[in-house]
Amino acid sequence: MLLSAPSLKGSEDMDIKGRIHSVETMGTVDGPGIRYVIFMQGCPLRCIYCHNRDSWDPRGGREITVDELVEDINKYLVFIKGSGGGVTATGGEPLMQPEFVRELFFRVREMGLNTAVDTSGFIDIDRAKKLLEVTDLVLLSIKHVVEERHREITGVGTRKIISFLDYLREIDKPLWIRYLIIPGYTDDPEDLNRLAMMLRDYNNIELVDILPYHDMGAYKWEELGYDYPLKGVAVPTKQDMEKAKAVFRRYGLPMG
Amino acid sequence: MDPWRNFTEGYWQSEIDVREFIQLNYSPYEGDESFLPGPTKRTKKLWEKTTVLLDEENKKGGTLNIDTNTISTITSHEPGHIDKDLEVIVGLQTDEPLKRAIMPFGGIRMVKNACDAYGYKLETEVEKIFTEYRKTHNQGVFDAYTPEIRRARKAGIITGLPDAYGRGRIIGDYRRVALYGVDRLIQEKKRQLGLLETAWMEDEIIRQREETTEQIKALEALKEMAGSYGFDISQPAKNAFEAVQWTYFAFLGAVKEQNGAAMSLGRVSTFLDIYMERDIAEGTLTEVEAQELIDHFVIKLRLVRFLRTPEYNELFSGDPTWVTEAIGGMTLDGRTLVTKTSFRFLHTLTNLGPAPEPNMTVLWSLALPENFKKYCARMSIATSSIQYENDDIMRPMWGDDYSIACCVSAMRTGKQMQFFGARANLAKALLYAVNGGRDEQLGLQVTPHFAPITSEYLDFDEVMEKFDEVMEWLARTYINALNIIHYMHDKYSYEALEMALHDMDILRTMACGIAGLSVVVDSLSAIKYARVKPIRNEAGLAVDFEIEGDFPMFGNNDERVDDLATFLVESFMRKLRKQKTYRNSKPTLSILTITSNVVYGKKTGNTPDGRKAGDPFAPGANPMHGRDKKGAIASLSSVAKLPYRYAEDGISYTFSIVPKALGRDKEARVNNLVAMMDGYFHKKGHHMNVNVFERETLLDAMEHPEKYPQLTIRVSGYAVNFVKLTREQQEDVIKRTFFEGI
Repeated sequence: MLLSAPSLKGSEDMDIKGRIHSVETMGTVDGPGIRYVIFMQGCPLRCIYCHNRDSWDPRGGREITVDELVEDINKYLVFIKGSGGGVTATGGEPLMQPEFVRELFFRVREMGLNTAVDTSGFIDIDRAKKLLEVTDLVLLSIKHVVEERHREITGVGTRKIISFLDYLREIDKPLWIRYLIIPGYTDDPEDLNRLAMMLRDYNNIELVDILPYHDMGAYKWEELGYDYPLKGVAVPTKQDMEKAKAVFRRYGLPMG
Repeated sequence: MDPWRNFTEGYWQSEIDVREFIQLNYSPYEGDESFLPGPTKRTKKLWEKTTVLLDEENKKGGTLNIDTNTISTITSHEPGHIDKDLEVIVGLQTDEPLKRAIMPFGGIRMVKNACDAYGYKLETEVEKIFTEYRKTHNQGVFDAYTPEIRRARKAGIITGLPDAYGRGRIIGDYRRVALYGVDRLIQEKKRQLGLLETAWMEDEIIRQREETTEQIKALEALKEMAGSYGFDISQPAKNAFEAVQWTYFAFLGAVKEQNGAAMSLGRVSTFLDIYMERDIAEGTLTEVEAQELIDHFVIKLRLVRFLRTPEYNELFSGDPTWVTEAIGGMTLDGRTLVTKTSFRFLHTLTNLGPAPEPNMTVLWSLALPENFKKYCARMSIATSSIQYENDDIMRPMWGDDYSIACCVSAMRTGKQMQFFGARANLAKALLYAVNGGRDEQLGLQVTPHFAPITSEYLDFDEVMEKFDEVMEWLARTYINALNIIHYMHDKYSYEALEMALHDMDILRTMACGIAGLSVVVDSLSAIKYARVKPIRNEAGLAVDFEIEGDFPMFGNNDERVDDLATFLVESFMRKLRKQKTYRNSKPTLSILTITSNVVYGKKTGNTPDGRKAGDPFAPGANPMHGRDKKGAIASLSSVAKLPYRYAEDGISYTFSIVPKALGRDKEARVNNLVAMMDGYFHKKGHHMNVNVFERETLLDAMEHPEKYPQLTIRVSGYAVNFVKLTREQQEDVIKRTFFEGI
């Protein structure tokens, strides 16, 4: 496709549609400043602790055009700009709808706002490249460092995710890593060491966020008629969290 | 020593004009808070002593002591002290700290009931005087109330009216005493009395002559009261200490004379700063001493108390006095009015810890110095004790020397007063539209009879037509009640000292209010966009509603429903403007509930938005909790659309958030809060309470109040000690939308 558009141009297809679960006008943790956060509908992972269980089904949620979203974001420009914030696509899995998010981000950048995508990284890299050209920050949730464990927790392997991570390093994309501590599942010190050691080699990482598991999404499973797989699993204590964070600090990673 | 030495000369010297004095003499401050010192040893000791008293007061159920036989006047009590050797600023309402005085001119029953409730006995002689010989405001009002007003009051469609208690919401320009001394003010009032020697003595002139004479007497009494503490305030203040002390004496006189619902301080910090700067330049005051003066002043303001009944507390809970101090803002020519003393006032929240009083109110402008904005945000995050109001929309209307009375009511200082009018319950009015004016809970015909709606499903146009008629009736009945109330208040419980610190000719507003805005708006939206089926009882009253389908809700920045809110406010305001008002006052409107949203909800049946009978309304102009599903910024944006020009008495919004939802770290939280307020006020939002804390803290405070004596929380328009709220109100606060992020 020699004649294809150069990277930083909007799509011809202005009516491109996406499926979203909901929006939040005051996100403050998914990137810098106040953020308009879009929860995309559909996810290829099946995380056993998912706190947005209702966002898995790609046919769920509601359909929306880029224009409609841009119009809504426009209403909050003064808040977002004043805080140095922007727009974050999360989910669900935003990379399942890369064309839509790319078009949205292209338009959002034209508005002078910063763009961030919050992903599991589970995608064929070629499908994500164009989107990454208009993305200022990637928030990558790593679920586990051990292949088998990763499969147990999410239903998918790590290969694609590692390739995604490598590609981000190759293009020097600012990256925030997130890792969730679930007692008995993701807090093995040896695994944490392995992960930290691995991350040390990615100098595009700006921030590593070690977060405590919470069960506030459990009710959504039950509402949909499913059993919550982590029923009865305790949330980590402060000490658990400090111990886990210490591992990453030891490797000199920038901690949030 | 010349009290006006080194001040820039102006018109203010020949006429009473505090504003011009400020404009010519103050020093804007754009720096940060690093200059602020901690409390002195003396301050610490004094505050420790004070907290012991506050603890005792709490343990005794909220009232430490009552003087049951001295009728409070400006000079009624001997001087009182917390500790004479530690106090820099002196003066108490009675001869002992936290001892409450009786002020029966508003109503003797209220005084008696309050004494009874706290286990005291009102002096028989006092009761006899105010029952047999001296009529009170309360009695006057009930002598004149019409049967229609009584019905409206009984059903609770108009409630919280100041017909049994002092109306308050009048702010004397207390600074005048410091700048001019009392003698000069008396001279000015005598000159005004001369202007009232007209050829024909008619009602208004006679009343003004009597009032002016009362004012002169009050000023004389004020001198006497200050004299009892050893100070001669007949002459202007000569230095910063005297400026603070004189200003406080003036305010103290007012709170000795009147038990008003809200007794606000005004806008004193930048005025006082002029004296502080002069003393510092002359080498007679250090930074530490300057802060000490403000700390001690604020300790006194924290001790203002009124004797009130438990029922009153249900409406306005937590024993508020609304000693509101307006801080910051901009001048008409674009300079910031922030001074070092603006910081010093807010810094008392650090030096003495958080507190609900004085009611710190920051007048926010987009043009405020960034350093000050950040400092405010930091203090809000740390103490939840500050409210913010939009100077950029108020300044064009009220100039650059207005104060805030109570919660959100702007008025030109010393040039304007209001007739406080509590509020009408619009949610109930909507139910009346459906039920032909019969009360859904009492079954009583409250409005003149008209045909109820009998269709199976509610038709939007039919409801709107009837609702319009009910609002027409409500506006008339409401203003009639207020006319009677304020006629009697002027007659039997006139605020002589506060009015002595006003100009001769003032603007009076008739400050009406509404409660239940978001309930009505969502109800109308349900009727318009979904299908609403009334469930009627045997008597034909619609007592419940079934909703079929979805409808847009207020608080999601959705024009379809937000426009209904604007329409409603404009429409009710227009009806108020049609009415004939007492003393030609200008009708205004507030969207403010204070804590009465709980009581109003209790008195209102099921509503067509799905709210259940008895459930609290949202406070002020807030969306109903849990219905604003797009997050805080969307919610703020909906509220910001409400037109201030049609609600000049203020639009209150209470914002509560957990710290981590405000940002990842301290710096981000400050940055985001500043951006949020800039955005909200840019969108012409009027007022915002900011609360930042964990829900767990509140839950713990409910169980262990003794651990949280100073935990302060902002409710609609003011702040309270959380532990002083009733359990019901505590639960309401906790249940209410807490933005917790994702």
